[in-house]
Amino acid sequence: MPAEPVSTRNSAAEALTALRDVPREPGSKKPDAILVADDIRRQFGGLVAVDVDHLEVQRGVITALIGPNGAGKTTFFNLLTCFDQPDRGAWSFNGRPLGRVPAYKVARLGMVRTFQLTKVLSKLSVIENMRLAATGQSGEAFLTALLPFRWRSQEMANTDRADDLLERFKLDTKREDFAGSLSGGQRKLLEMARALMVEPELVMLDEPMAGVNPALKQSLLGHVKTLRDEGRSVLFVEHDMDMVRDISDWVVVMAQGRIVAEGPPEHVMADPTVIDAYLGAHHDAALTVEEEEARLREEQASQSSAPATHEEHPKESR
Amino acid sequence: MDWGQIFEFSFRSALTSDAIVYSMAAIGLNVHFGYTGLLNFGQAGFMAVAGYGLAASVATWGLSFWVAVPIGLAAAVVFALLLGAPTLRLRADYLAIVTIAAAEIIRIVVGSVSLSEYFGGRDGLQEFNQSFDALNPYGRPLDLLLFRLRPDDAWVFTVGWVLVGLTVLLVWALMRSPWGRVLKSIREDEEAVRSLGKNVYGYKMQSLVLGGVIGGVAGFLVALDQAAINPENFSTDVTFFAYTVLILGGAARVFGPVVGAILFWFLISVLGNFFTAATAGVDPLISPVLMTDTQASLVRFIAAGLGLVLLVIFRPQGIFGDKREIALDAR
Repeated sequence: MPAEPVSTRNSAAEALTALRDVPREPGSKKPDAILVADDIRRQFGGLVAVDVDHLEVQRGVITALIGPNGAGKTTFFNLLTCFDQPDRGAWSFNGRPLGRVPAYKVARLGMVRTFQLTKVLSKLSVIENMRLAATGQSGEAFLTALLPFRWRSQEMANTDRADDLLERFKLDTKREDFAGSLSGGQRKLLEMARALMVEPELVMLDEPMAGVNPALKQSLLGHVKTLRDEGRSVLFVEHDMDMVRDISDWVVVMAQGRIVAEGPPEHVMADPTVIDAYLGAHHDAALTVEEEEARLREEQASQSSAPATHEEHPKESR
Repeated sequence: MDWGQIFEFSFRSALTSDAIVYSMAAIGLNVHFGYTGLLNFGQAGFMAVAGYGLAASVATWGLSFWVAVPIGLAAAVVFALLLGAPTLRLRADYLAIVTIAAAEIIRIVVGSVSLSEYFGGRDGLQEFNQSFDALNPYGRPLDLLLFRLRPDDAWVFTVGWVLVGLTVLLVWALMRSPWGRVLKSIREDEEAVRSLGKNVYGYKMQSLVLGGVIGGVAGFLVALDQAAINPENFSTDVTFFAYTVLILGGAARVFGPVVGAILFWFLISVLGNFFTAATAGVDPLISPVLMTDTQASLVRFIAAGLGLVLLVIFRPQGIFGDKREIALDAR
């Protein structure tokens, strides 16, 4: 069973202490790893989407997984949560190997994910979305389902828990609405609240801030921090650098399917390999006057030889 | 034109044999399509395996009727497992293709000449329902005000509606439970359900089996209603009529299939009887230039098709559906 939530503690400071002596290098050993991945490789045809030698995710901290578009972050996420199978490699959660384990069992073990494009159950009410996520429901077995007295009390306990969570995520006013009628940001909140109904030890958030307005972003940040305060571990994929800097205790950087850097946020963001991965190598190298003129000439030559592309330029720059 | 007779025939058709069979078949489809989102286009196949399972067990292999009933149901279960095992892990459309093909395979196999010693070929099977008829409590015709039923029709009528009632009750009880909630969630987004620790494949299989068994009972009712069974009872349009019934009544509504079936057969029958009456006789209401009496019986299906198109445009949620649910899809 997942750890009992502990409310009052300075989890941020604890996380810092725990990670103090961890070397700032790709694949570094963590003192208390909840998730360990070894030699994971996933190929789509000729494209190697993920090729990770070693990764450990520390328990009880917020770990960010960042990288440019196409770095393989979401693919890696799918592999870790068993929504996709790698071509080779081994990974374990809480010491339990996860190779060939079906995705639904991974969730039951205490590792629950959300999706980049939110997946709410549109034609179910918000509260039904929440109730669904509770684990170990006896009423979910075919025969027991026909005997309401066998699941009524459990259903009521789950509903109470769901109501508490809805209140915490400020969705209690939407309780009876169809989930499909929620706004994009509210859907993100519902998805996170729903994931918590599973009582996960490790919450995997795939771009929790994508398409969320700034005001809601602040409250989402607060919610993610609360997860850590409750003693849960968080691994999230994100593009929003402000968020990464604000809440993550540890940052893992992927580029072209590989892990290129690891460390606390300020360390990673100053790392030249990371800047290269995001912006391309030598992006900041100064051009000499001659080089600049040569480029200009090249550009003009290509434009005059292909007038069609010239016309398209204003559109692209919009 | 005799309107009294037209309505008598139409009420009979709306409340007896076809309406009962299609209620049952559509309840099964409701479990598949309405609640779980499984595209089963082979409900006729489920009806056929169960109906033939029952009829052949008695007529060909000489088993007792009461042994034949569980055999028929077991055949529907096996059929569901066979269809589901390879397809339920794949995208929804694979199940649709496999079920429609499998239903045709079943129909052609039971109608084939080489197996006619077991299934009777195109003539089908008869004389398998003596044990069922022996229990018939009706000695005289049953007068239902709107129409009269012969004793054996009255018996099928009674058993049929009781079974439909029990099945509606079963579906209602299941769909308000956490089990039903998982099915409805799978219809909405199976990846999300998987991410929350539910064995989606297992639930889809349970749904396919349950709806298939209900379809199997519809197959029993076909056989008992006619006291005979033949391959043409299970052609592809049976499945599509059942879908029409389901959409008319409102998918994912407990009473949708039943009301849909009654209304569908009433309308089909009113139209059919009206056009037949209007084209019959020496001086018909509708001139033979427009429509002859041989065309009359087909025009009802044209009208029904038009009605279905209008239904989908103007009331896509069916009779019992909730307009707000349909609006969500447009987002």
